Amino acid sequence: MSEEKKGLSGAKLLLDALREEGVDIIFGYPGGVLLPLYDAMLDSPIRHVLGRHEQGVVFAADGYARVSGKVGVCLATSGPGATNLVTGITNAYSDSIPLVVLTGQVPTSSLGSDSFQEVDIIGITMPITKHSYIVKDPRDLPRVVKEAFFLARTGRPGPVVIDLPKDVLAQENVEPFPSDMKLKGYKIFGRGNNSKIEEVAQALSEARKPVLYAGGGVVTANAEEVLRQFAERANLPVVTTLMGIGSLPYGHPNLLGMVGMHGTVTANYTVDDCDLLIAVGVRFDDRVTSGLGHRFATKAKVIHMDIDPVEISKVVKTHMRIVGDARKILEELLEVLPGHSLPDLSEWWGQIRNWQKDNPLGCDLDSLTPQLVVKTLGELAGGEAVIATDVGQHQMWVAQFYPIAHMRNYATSCGLGVMGYGLPAAVGAQLARPQDNVFLITGDGSLQMSIQELGTVAQNKLPIKIILLNNGVLGMVRQMQKMFYDGRYNHIQLEGNPDFVKVAEAYGIRGIHVNSVDQVRGAIEEAVNSSGPILLDFKISPDENVLPLVPPGKVITEMIVR
Amino acid sequence: MLHTLAVLVENHPGVLIKVAGLFARRAYNIESLTVCQTEDPEVSRMTIVVAGDDQVIEQVRNQLSKLVVVHSVVDLTEKSVVDRELALVRIPINSETRSEVFQTVDVFRGRVVDMGRSNITVELTGDIDKIDAFVHALRPYGLLELVRTGKIAIMRSEA
Repeated sequence: MSEEKKGLSGAKLLLDALREEGVDIIFGYPGGVLLPLYDAMLDSPIRHVLGRHEQGVVFAADGYARVSGKVGVCLATSGPGATNLVTGITNAYSDSIPLVVLTGQVPTSSLGSDSFQEVDIIGITMPITKHSYIVKDPRDLPRVVKEAFFLARTGRPGPVVIDLPKDVLAQENVEPFPSDMKLKGYKIFGRGNNSKIEEVAQALSEARKPVLYAGGGVVTANAEEVLRQFAERANLPVVTTLMGIGSLPYGHPNLLGMVGMHGTVTANYTVDDCDLLIAVGVRFDDRVTSGLGHRFATKAKVIHMDIDPVEISKVVKTHMRIVGDARKILEELLEVLPGHSLPDLSEWWGQIRNWQKDNPLGCDLDSLTPQLVVKTLGELAGGEAVIATDVGQHQMWVAQFYPIAHMRNYATSCGLGVMGYGLPAAVGAQLARPQDNVFLITGDGSLQMSIQELGTVAQNKLPIKIILLNNGVLGMVRQMQKMFYDGRYNHIQLEGNPDFVKVAEAYGIRGIHVNSVDQVRGAIEEAVNSSGPILLDFKISPDENVLPLVPPGKVITEMIVR
Repeated sequence: MLHTLAVLVENHPGVLIKVAGLFARRAYNIESLTVCQTEDPEVSRMTIVVAGDDQVIEQVRNQLSKLVVVHSVVDLTEKSVVDRELALVRIPINSETRSEVFQTVDVFRGRVVDMGRSNITVELTGDIDKIDAFVHALRPYGLLELVRTGKIAIMRSEA
């Protein structure tokens, strides 16, 4: 241990260890037990961004991690501060996002005594973390921080909680233990398997109707470029999950769009009819398979490549498995490809092009529809802009119509589907990518779950552009009540909605009402060119539906399309 | 079918709840679970008997391996192993049943470890089938208390 490390406080040791991990920003919210840490932070180069609710700080760290590829760090006090993080930690766990979550804790001497703002956050978060620590000896801090970051970002990433009792932070003159990691039980499946790579190439050369099915693992592995090369070289049609959007740029001729519940007709038909399904970094989620794994891609030989062996054969029976990092596997595959004859897929592509011709994603662009707003934004802001969304109908319209060019340009809550994610995620995204244009596309239901974070936007002068698709209802629930419960609407009307433009203005943020179709383009142009934050409130009809839709219990070819 | 898993884990507080929580969350059924320290004081060994088809068992193994606190998981089911369970059984006796009960205990090579005026306590070790048979044989006399450790198992050495 270096000389200058001797005699530091627990809090300083922690901040130094975070610096060693390359942390430059923490999203946090202070409280009683964190006073020693907030005091030490005054002398640390790490930037702290104050949220307005702990749920906001964890979503911000998540948004930061998704668009930067780095580990997001958030901090909250003990008790309610920690419990308010729970939804955000779950969200990161569902989507395998690397987070290190720091929570304050009552002093070790008070642990277990039901003291003020005490909660067993390690117990509460056990099922939703990759791993967790409570630090009872400040000398362990450097090792624990090192391990936490290593665990969060390697293998299948995920959130790691470090619980920090006040006395551990406050203790002075700590002489730390060595920071060498002790992770005997942790296994990472980094590499592919060469003999199996040959088998995949062989299967590919024998296939007549292959399809590549790409998901979040492609994002995690930063495998965008090699996936594109592989798809182009083998001339493969590509479908993606919601997590995998951007793994091929929107509009790429090989890309058939999203597969599953709100996927394109072509993507769903293609997967259903294929004879070889090459699944990369996906987990056959029920939003893709309708929860009917045994009826998914039934004519196909299934090759599943994933870094987590648990996912293989969990939902769909797999014929060939490769456990490892998506980028390494695809690189190896690309290498062996020249040794194999690739099949003529012209008939298959002919079939696919016919499906595409017969089943375009429909939308009305002559009135003020959400699809028009998303498409116009895509046209004016382009695929290079960073897009955060909330959860609901607008999220699906973005997935269907926004021309995302890169995977890291997109932050959305997939597996957990958390309303209220969008605004704080946009905060994290803007701080990770200060040079880029960041847009939040949200709904009036979702926005109100995190509207207090407008304060964070204002305080930090973040030039986030908020595209509010305001239909005055909880649109996704309304759509389902309309389609599956005979239109017996219940509790979907948001009658107490504020004037969102006035709310924005109250925070010192510019707002514009957009009430007619001829104002759409002009308003979006203003937003794209705005140097500060702006909120555009688009008045849309509550009757718009997200289509196509696979109804509950149906297989993916049984879509409602209009 | 029942599988016996030997799971080496870190000897820390909180590890048991991680493993038990995983089983509860994923709806895997634990038939029995024993935990104790091993020759390495930093490592504990769990012997878990779990029911399930091949796919379930593979999921159980993979999910267990994924826990950072788990060092290794070995399925002993298909392997050549020595397995044992210890049972303590309290049985009522009276002048009529006394000799029959003692005979039964003898047949199973049980050991009487405690004796009261109206009952005896027997210690028995053996594989699961033997313990089951013993319990079955004594049930007609009325079992007052039955305590079983759950199975522990070790692989046979090669030759």
